[in-house]
Amino acid sequence: MDAILLQTLNGLDKGSAYALIALGLTLIFGTLGVVNFAHGALFMMGAFCAVTFNKLLTLSTITLDPEKKDFLGNPLQVRTPYIEDWLGPELGAAIIDWSVPLAILFAIPVMIIIGLVMERGLIKYFYKRPHADQILVTFGLAIVLQEIIKFYYGANPIPTPAPSAFAGSFDFGALIGMDPGTIIYPYWRLVYFAFALLVIVAVFVFLRFTTFGMVVRAGMADRETVGLLGINIDKRFTIMFAIAACVAGLAGVMYAPINSPNYHMGMDFLVLSFVVVVVGGMGSLAGAVLAGFLLGILESFASMTQVLDVLPGINQIIIYLVAIVVLLTRPRGLMGRKGVMED
Amino acid sequence: MGILEVQNVNKRFGGLQALNNVNLNVEKGSVHAIIGPNGAGKSTLLNCFVGRLTPDTGSVMFNGKSLLGIKPHQINQAGVSRVFQTPEIFSDLSALENVMIPAFAKRDGAYKLNPFRRVTQESEIRDSAEEVLRDVGLADRKDLIAAEMSRGDKRRLEMAMCLVQDPELLLLDEPTAGMARADTNKTIDLLKHIGETRGITKVVIEHDMHVVFSLADKISVLAQGTVLVEDVPENIKGHPKVREAYLGEAQV
Amino acid sequence: MLKLDSKDTRLFLIVIAMTLLAPFILNPFPEGSNLAQFNAGYPDLMQRFVIFGIFAIGFNLLFGLTGYLSFGHAAFLGVGSYASIWMMKLLTVNVIPAMFASVIVSGLFALVVGYVCLRRSGIYFSILTLAFAQMSFALAYSVLTPLTGGETGLQLKAADPRILDFGAAEGSIGRASFFGIDMRASMELPVGSWLFTLNFGYYLAAFVMLIAFYVSIRIFRSPFGMMLRAVKSNQNRLNYTGVSTKPYTLAVFVISGMYAGLAGGLLVAMDTQVGPERMFWTASGEVVLMTILGGAGTLIGPVLGAGFIKYMENIVSKINSKTLEAWFGFLPDGLEDALITIVYPFVGKGWHLTLGIMFMLVVIFLPGGLVEGGKRIGGWLTGKGRKSKTDGGQEATASTPAE
Repeated sequence: MDAILLQTLNGLDKGSAYALIALGLTLIFGTLGVVNFAHGALFMMGAFCAVTFNKLLTLSTITLDPEKKDFLGNPLQVRTPYIEDWLGPELGAAIIDWSVPLAILFAIPVMIIIGLVMERGLIKYFYKRPHADQILVTFGLAIVLQEIIKFYYGANPIPTPAPSAFAGSFDFGALIGMDPGTIIYPYWRLVYFAFALLVIVAVFVFLRFTTFGMVVRAGMADRETVGLLGINIDKRFTIMFAIAACVAGLAGVMYAPINSPNYHMGMDFLVLSFVVVVVGGMGSLAGAVLAGFLLGILESFASMTQVLDVLPGINQIIIYLVAIVVLLTRPRGLMGRKGVMED
Repeated sequence: MGILEVQNVNKRFGGLQALNNVNLNVEKGSVHAIIGPNGAGKSTLLNCFVGRLTPDTGSVMFNGKSLLGIKPHQINQAGVSRVFQTPEIFSDLSALENVMIPAFAKRDGAYKLNPFRRVTQESEIRDSAEEVLRDVGLADRKDLIAAEMSRGDKRRLEMAMCLVQDPELLLLDEPTAGMARADTNKTIDLLKHIGETRGITKVVIEHDMHVVFSLADKISVLAQGTVLVEDVPENIKGHPKVREAYLGEAQV
Repeated sequence: MLKLDSKDTRLFLIVIAMTLLAPFILNPFPEGSNLAQFNAGYPDLMQRFVIFGIFAIGFNLLFGLTGYLSFGHAAFLGVGSYASIWMMKLLTVNVIPAMFASVIVSGLFALVVGYVCLRRSGIYFSILTLAFAQMSFALAYSVLTPLTGGETGLQLKAADPRILDFGAAEGSIGRASFFGIDMRASMELPVGSWLFTLNFGYYLAAFVMLIAFYVSIRIFRSPFGMMLRAVKSNQNRLNYTGVSTKPYTLAVFVISGMYAGLAGGLLVAMDTQVGPERMFWTASGEVVLMTILGGAGTLIGPVLGAGFIKYMENIVSKINSKTLEAWFGFLPDGLEDALITIVYPFVGKGWHLTLGIMFMLVVIFLPGGLVEGGKRIGGWLTGKGRKSKTDGGQEATASTPAE
């Protein structure tokens, strides 16, 4: 029982990331009808928003401390971040410590701008082109984005720590009345899961309870009819693209402490997220979220030693295997709608 | 016994009874028109003949064999060809290629995987395709890419694609929709001409009464998924039920 | 000639001439000159031109003709490579059995993968092929290590049994050969200050590519090829026309997989090692790129695309800041620095950035690839190409008289 709980928990963080990326992919696909292979790159850009924000905060003046020596015997260089100068050492240090969550505020405008530029500058010219062209051009864009990041940030992963308050782990088992020590779980993963749920709920609430969301949902169901009503659906779709970019970006920001950002993390997640979307059902938002968590948890179960003893290597392929089985038995995915992508 | 016998066909879409106990009997060599107001279920019925839809209940027999539960290409191989309401053609291919493909399908069956035969070797196929293109009046446009043809030409091309197969049964879904009067008359002549020389049985869905009454040997009137009347054209014209179906619609 | 019409014969003859003379054509700059780094006429690179040419020709048979976009073709290349190296390890270092093995094994693999993936079309097909390829990659990397050598891959070893190479140089590492002729055998041909290298391996690979190219022409010109184009154009109509499309798509998928396997086998024949990264999905992306860049659905496009990308990869990635300084050295200092700063991200390690941008530009502005670009330029030059400037069908439809 505790093993099952443990694996479920372990699958949550990846599942959350899959769910958030797949949610954005589905939004874009459902609204604009575009298959966006650059969506993983947006996730990666989000993670690098966290990195950049951290770097900005830690911009420092360098002073020499004559009293201390470094290991070469030279006066020790003391780096004092500007922010500590301005706001006082304690507040400054606290802000730096909390740089990842704070980076959300930084990432939202950045990702929205990136989303808008992408949609207006490139994607909109591809609405009427075949899906193959959309895949290809966004694939090219993904390469470009990741190479730019690689150029400026290097090829190595950049550790980006969570706030010290959330560093380390806690005894989840003891919390729910199990023997102490059975389930040790890192704080930040729980934070990530909660954050992902929050974003998902926010997106759903936005789509369900605002007029904007209603129009978008109607547009997803039947674009032409909504267009006939005299509603400028394209403009709303552009905004939806920006929102989807933002969701992917936020998923990336908060993921930075779990997995040190590197330039190819987007591609790694993209391939899996696409599989998630297809399993969930192209065009179904709920399906994308459900499949995201499901596959994340499944992947976690497949990495149990007991499972690996019986089926070696299964953890590497489980998601693809599930995708193949689902596509062949339920072509529309778990919750796919009729008529989507069936030309 | 008719070449196409449709018995008690029902089809529901959610709450809509699209076809309600439809019966149809098409006699060999005849032209059978199906008319009726919009939404009467005419196209749905045709879709049930070619495997695009499967009826919920009922039977569709062609030459004594059921057309239900088999794939579209098997239905075609059995001798049924269809012209669609919006022309379904191979837009990226030339007109000649468009017609050669069905000719290959007729000769070689559902598939023949020989990557080393050359198209240029196939003079028989080419000749028959060119002949049909001449029949429909596209001989001078045979090398044109289909996408670049006018709407009327596309319809004629699709007709040629069906005719080259010499089908036993030809299904036509509004073959003259959107055509100018002159083109409509040409199409009527063409269909009559085919009727005489090739003896193909035809089922035609049509709105244009001029076309219907110049071609049809028998007419079925469909309204709200039900066949109201099935009779020869002379008796259809003044039939009270038919007037009701059409006028009733007009009054609403 | 060879049962080709005159236009195809001309194209084929040109390709033959180009491949035979490649060691000369690709080495236009004298040895030791400043521009010698742009020479591409050395065996290693030329081999890659023709081998990836085969890969792209095969991919084009599937994508160019039927429109089915496979994102997992590198898996077949990898499987072909593994089959080939095992053949060399177990049987003989002669490359012929190895190549047969790679074609057959990858063909069988493609049959299985294609049977499953072709039950869906469009984006679902792309994702399915991607899933299969990633699975193959993951398995080759982990569980199948006894078969694939895992991360380190496989090389020829002195201890290989090579049961058909009776006692040939016992205990030494085998070298790939063609009935005794070493793949690496080369003849150097100095002409003035030029140096040309004629390599046996290259000519063998080039010969294989010419056969592959010829077969692809024949497929394009067959009723089979016509059906495949019809699949791309309107699969529904084809069904209502009495054609069962699955046998066609499966057949071409297998053929295409065999081409990829053959390319993989040749890679091993030229350089006797293989690792799983060869199957990674970026490798699948690369062949898509070659085909699109050259011109999907055209005969010569994939070959051009493969050559172009491999050349650029090789040349651009070799450029470093020193090279740039040498180039822009004649400019005033400020301008020089500015230019170097601008160009630097795109060269050397930044080659992929150039590649990505090139890829986007081609998809956006030149969906027909280099071949279409060539046609347009040709059209402008002869002055009658005005019409081909317009984007194909739509414009032409609009200009036809109303009905």
